[in-house]
Amino acid sequence: LEGNDGMELALKYFNPFDNLLCILLGISFTVWFTLLLVFIIVPAIFGVSFGIRQLYMKTLLKIFEWATHRIERGAKDNNHLLYKPYSNGDGSNRDLDHASEFEMSDIFYFCRQGVESIMDDEVTKRFSAEELESWNLLTRSNYNFQHISLRLTVLWGLGVVIRYGFLLPLRVTLAFTGVGLLVVLTSIIGFLPNGRMKNFLSEQVHLMCYRICVRALTAIITYHDSENKPKNGGICVANHTSPIDVIILASDGCYAMVGQIHGGLMGVIQKSMVKACPHIWFERSEVKDRHLVAKRLSDHVEDKTKLPILIFPEGTCINNTSVMMFKKGSFEIGSTVYPVAIKYDPRFGDAFWNSSQFGMVNYLLRMMSSWAIVCSVWYLPPMTREEGEDAVQFANRVKAAIARQGGLVDLLWDGGLKRGKVKDTFKEEQQKLYSKMLVGTQEDRSRS
Amino acid sequence: MGSRASTLLREEEIEEIKKETGFSHSQITRLYSRFTSLDKGENGTLSREDFQRIPELAINPLGDRIINAFFPEGEDQVNFRGFMRTLAHFRPIEDNEKNKDPIASEPLNSRSNKLLFAFRLYDLDRDDKISRDELLQVLRMMVGVNISDEQLGSIADRTIQEADQNGDNSISFNEFIKVLEKVDVEQKMSIRFLH
Repeated sequence: LEGNDGMELALKYFNPFDNLLCILLGISFTVWFTLLLVFIIVPAIFGVSFGIRQLYMKTLLKIFEWATHRIERGAKDNNHLLYKPYSNGDGSNRDLDHASEFEMSDIFYFCRQGVESIMDDEVTKRFSAEELESWNLLTRSNYNFQHISLRLTVLWGLGVVIRYGFLLPLRVTLAFTGVGLLVVLTSIIGFLPNGRMKNFLSEQVHLMCYRICVRALTAIITYHDSENKPKNGGICVANHTSPIDVIILASDGCYAMVGQIHGGLMGVIQKSMVKACPHIWFERSEVKDRHLVAKRLSDHVEDKTKLPILIFPEGTCINNTSVMMFKKGSFEIGSTVYPVAIKYDPRFGDAFWNSSQFGMVNYLLRMMSSWAIVCSVWYLPPMTREEGEDAVQFANRVKAAIARQGGLVDLLWDGGLKRGKVKDTFKEEQQKLYSKMLVGTQEDRSRS
Repeated sequence: MGSRASTLLREEEIEEIKKETGFSHSQITRLYSRFTSLDKGENGTLSREDFQRIPELAINPLGDRIINAFFPEGEDQVNFRGFMRTLAHFRPIEDNEKNKDPIASEPLNSRSNKLLFAFRLYDLDRDDKISRDELLQVLRMMVGVNISDEQLGSIADRTIQEADQNGDNSISFNEFIKVLEKVDVEQKMSIRFLH
């Protein structure tokens, strides 16, 4: 309607050429918004899909294969070797020879292990983006620039135009719509009296806004085993790759979020969300108090009318090739745990948030200018702590299940190694093992 | 930033490193990418802290000695050439290399050079001798607090007794080679990497 009024005004006061321009602008805006509404926002409200994204995905895959093929051909023509992602060399025999006593050659064992870890180690590569086998037409993931032919460059240029000129503005619009609606509607719902109506509306509003955000990222998500979806009074744990994980899970089910209160826009969103349904937000000072945190979490799960809690026990973002140590806090509470495995397909856009490289805004822009975010979500059957199992063992069991389902490497290392140093206790364990080998035989010798 | 790896290393440099170390083209580009990912300061050299950041190396009882092997006497930074030169010691010995031109200088991954690398791990003060004290210190690094001083001392004494031939109560490089002549050094000090 506003578009039409504007057009009439324009027609009255501006000269013919400007008239034409304004008419065109007006028409394109109207078409734009209608398309947006019909194809994206309305389906988001009702949770249906036209299948456009699936088609988009298939087309893109074909183009990527072609692109990689061209690069390989180009490299072969020039007789160059391509940079290929590292696939590990054979695991050679690592055992210390079980010699009965110390030999000077024992040093070889530690020496080789050490140099092997310098050449490549299991941990540091988890904190940087995964390397791809084929090129997905994004500059950020290409290592073989010099082999690009003209045709490929043109295609890449076209890709840039599409991504930054068409997809990015579309997605940013959707993102603002989604977030704006979330804030406004949850604040409104906050005025209703507590009860079933309020809960129902709150759930619908949250779902709708998250679905709009999912489309804002062109996220193509496949959910598996939805019969295992988390229920009230439980805790949902998942592996963590990026802040988008929250949007992906919350668009398919309703959760109570846990986190620290931030300032700025994030804080505004958090404060309005908690008006509609009980999320668990902590002040910065409260986060350090583990007792307090545990108490609030267990109070929440005991109340069966409240939504299941969503927690990421790794504590930091990992690059989606492995699952790192789970912090035991959420596993001490004693309620049913619903594990969820999230695996992103890196061919369409790397979802990993390297917080030391990019800030949040930069990261979101990168996400919105990728082709798409494609991922699979598996809901695993619920698990509870067994007799005689402590929190750490339970956490490791859940972690192993998630790693197995998602095809990720199960690591014992702590995600905190992204920023901090490894504990000395690990070195002491290695020393203890070696000593046992030496001393054990000393005792035998004295006996014989 | 992996996307710049292959463009920053020039072809001539790769050829030079190939001649000096014997690594293949793809191995060198791969290791260069590794080098840059370890180089957090992005100044083209690695410091001791950059190595310490590798958790599996930090928990290795001899981690500090291994890191030290990369840095020439008195220096705190190692560039890519130095990095590759040290890693070259661990390249497996290929059969076709055994019959090479005897006039050419000894390759970095020869049996003798591998043994020299290990010898230098023991030889803390770089005086080309492993004294009883140095041996004790390295043993202490390997066992931590789990073995008493007396036991460790007797292990050190026995080792020196068996190896020492000229009676100076320390182990020279030649004596070291003699002790290890039956050990398959080629296999134990080689790492198969991206062939």
